[in-house]
Amino acid sequence: MSEPLLVVDDLQTHFHTRQGVSRAVDGVSFSVDKGQILGLVGESGSGKSVTGFSILGLVDPPGRVVGGEIRFRGENLLALPPERMRKLRGSRIAMIFQDPMMTLNPVLRIDTQMMEAVLAHESMSRRAARDRCREALARVGIPAPEERLKAYPHQFSGGMRQRVAIAIAFLHKPDLIIADEPTTALDVTIQAQILAEAQELCRDSGTAMIWITHDLAVVAGLADRLCVMYAGKIVESGDIDAVLDHPRHPYTGGLIDSVPSRNRRGRALAQIPGMTPSLLNLPEGCSFRPRCERASEHCFQLPELSEKAPDHRARCFHPLTTRATAKAPA
Amino acid sequence: MNTPARLLIDETETSRVPILAFRNLGKRFVKPLDLAARIASRLGAGYREEVVHAVDDVSLSIHEGEVVGLVGESGCGKSTLGRMVAGILEPSSGELYYRDKAISKMNPGERREWALDVQMIFQDPYASLNPRLRVRDIVGEAPRVHGMVKARELTDYVAEMLRRVGLDPGFMRRYPHQFSGGQRQRIGIARALAVKPRFLVCDEAVAALDVSIQAQVLNLFMRLREELGLTYLFISHDLGVVEHLSDRVVIMYLGRIVEVARTEALFDSPNHPYTRALLAEVPRIDARRRRFAALKGEIPSPLNPPPGCHFHPRCPHAMDRCREAAPPLREIAPGRWSACFLNDEPGNSHV
Repeated sequence: MSEPLLVVDDLQTHFHTRQGVSRAVDGVSFSVDKGQILGLVGESGSGKSVTGFSILGLVDPPGRVVGGEIRFRGENLLALPPERMRKLRGSRIAMIFQDPMMTLNPVLRIDTQMMEAVLAHESMSRRAARDRCREALARVGIPAPEERLKAYPHQFSGGMRQRVAIAIAFLHKPDLIIADEPTTALDVTIQAQILAEAQELCRDSGTAMIWITHDLAVVAGLADRLCVMYAGKIVESGDIDAVLDHPRHPYTGGLIDSVPSRNRRGRALAQIPGMTPSLLNLPEGCSFRPRCERASEHCFQLPELSEKAPDHRARCFHPLTTRATAKAPA
Repeated sequence: MNTPARLLIDETETSRVPILAFRNLGKRFVKPLDLAARIASRLGAGYREEVVHAVDDVSLSIHEGEVVGLVGESGCGKSTLGRMVAGILEPSSGELYYRDKAISKMNPGERREWALDVQMIFQDPYASLNPRLRVRDIVGEAPRVHGMVKARELTDYVAEMLRRVGLDPGFMRRYPHQFSGGQRQRIGIARALAVKPRFLVCDEAVAALDVSIQAQVLNLFMRLREELGLTYLFISHDLGVVEHLSDRVVIMYLGRIVEVARTEALFDSPNHPYTRALLAEVPRIDARRRRFAALKGEIPSPLNPPPGCHFHPRCPHAMDRCREAAPPLREIAPGRWSACFLNDEPGNSHV
């Protein structure tokens, strides 16, 4: 088999702060195949967004990628000259951010911004570029795209703005899109629209996607594979069904059980005790140890991310074996 | 047909007096014209004041010990309604009743009792705590001001409140910034509990928290309900949370209530097309690799809502009638209310 589209190997991104070194991403490895949707799930501070930024080379000081390799179509992105990286970014790898109000320039019209994105990577006439932008807007379901091209970002609603951001990300039919919580700020019906657009565009153009989120339910419907992050490390990865139906890491199991769902109505939710540790002051060994009921002396050493079942890896000495909690009826 | 406060309650519960009820409650926000616009309109420029009907003619009764979930998307007026119930906003029309007594007809003593009995918990645990006060003062201020505890017993009282919400009383002298989001939300809950309320309005109280912390706070809400016999109006956009916690669910769309039902009934067989669309689109952890089929259209601006039924431009079943008149909220089955003309159509009994 040929190499996957993207291989992240032992990525380390550290933030050097006055209080010490914060290992936001600490030895993360995963790969994404062409056309695949990977869900990257974690709570705030787990390093999921910094992983996304690292791939695009967008980590700002005091953060720095200090180790590892990111191979995209066989090239190590970390060794690329900035000029070459800039060519890739936006054309072959694109990003969709959580808040489209932050990524769209409020004082420029949509057509100006979109055409700039087209012409930055391809030489064509302004008219052709404009046609391309109009088609892109129409594809993400924006009504009257010709008129909307002349509008400013503040004239769009939150959902429409996110669609514009998605349209821009798909302008060059990239090989990979990194989406960082793109629907978190949106309402349920609008979120479903955005998920539908993203899903369809990926299917049509064969684009691979990394969908970063804290919401297990969103990736459950969208992703093919799942990586769960905790305190800068991947604690579990595998096929979406395997991970969600038979979680091996106690943290993943706890997360799934703490999602309110109808079969446990009125009863107490299973909860993970304690809170996410500070990255500056991580517990020794497995970082989940202080919150884990299965922890033992052994857990003062760091477990490896190892295969617990075919194509299903977890970083735990005492993995869950069978699904202990009730599974929701189909 | 209904005594004012007895609107919208389960048939089985008509004998009980609701703890809180409101009838035809409305809230308008008016943006007055500035000086230039006033002068221009006097000269015939035709500027008008902008009026938003944030909440438009809603009625409901809530019983002691009940958990009512209030669901809707942004701009539907759910927070405005919650704030009116908690006494933070003055209604523009309609009447609010506490223990069968109209708020507008209460004497100062009764008003004070209502104000203390109904407390609110806010969404943002960062913005809702005064950063310059210690936890002891945040939690202890209200009971001290209202003479519920003596000054020298205050420390013990605050310690008890903190223990009740699962915080170490040793944290009493700390400031809010020294706590995590989940702990701050617990401080907010302790502050509300300190005046011994009977009714809590929780406005998106877990929306800002991480999943594992959210479960802790939801469990706390359920435990407090059992220990103290509290009644909740639980406002949320998260149907999963509401389904887990509520006895009854109220769905709002653009300022109006479109459906009220017991939780099981609502989730098993939603009646209103909006409710059905909402339920169909909730991401669920057991639905894998699904094809998201989206409801068309945007939520209209509350500044300029569509005529008739507010939902008709997005509704797959809209008829001519829906464009002309707003369907009233009618009882379609015992304890089950829906505002949709489809229920009048013969042979259309999808209840």
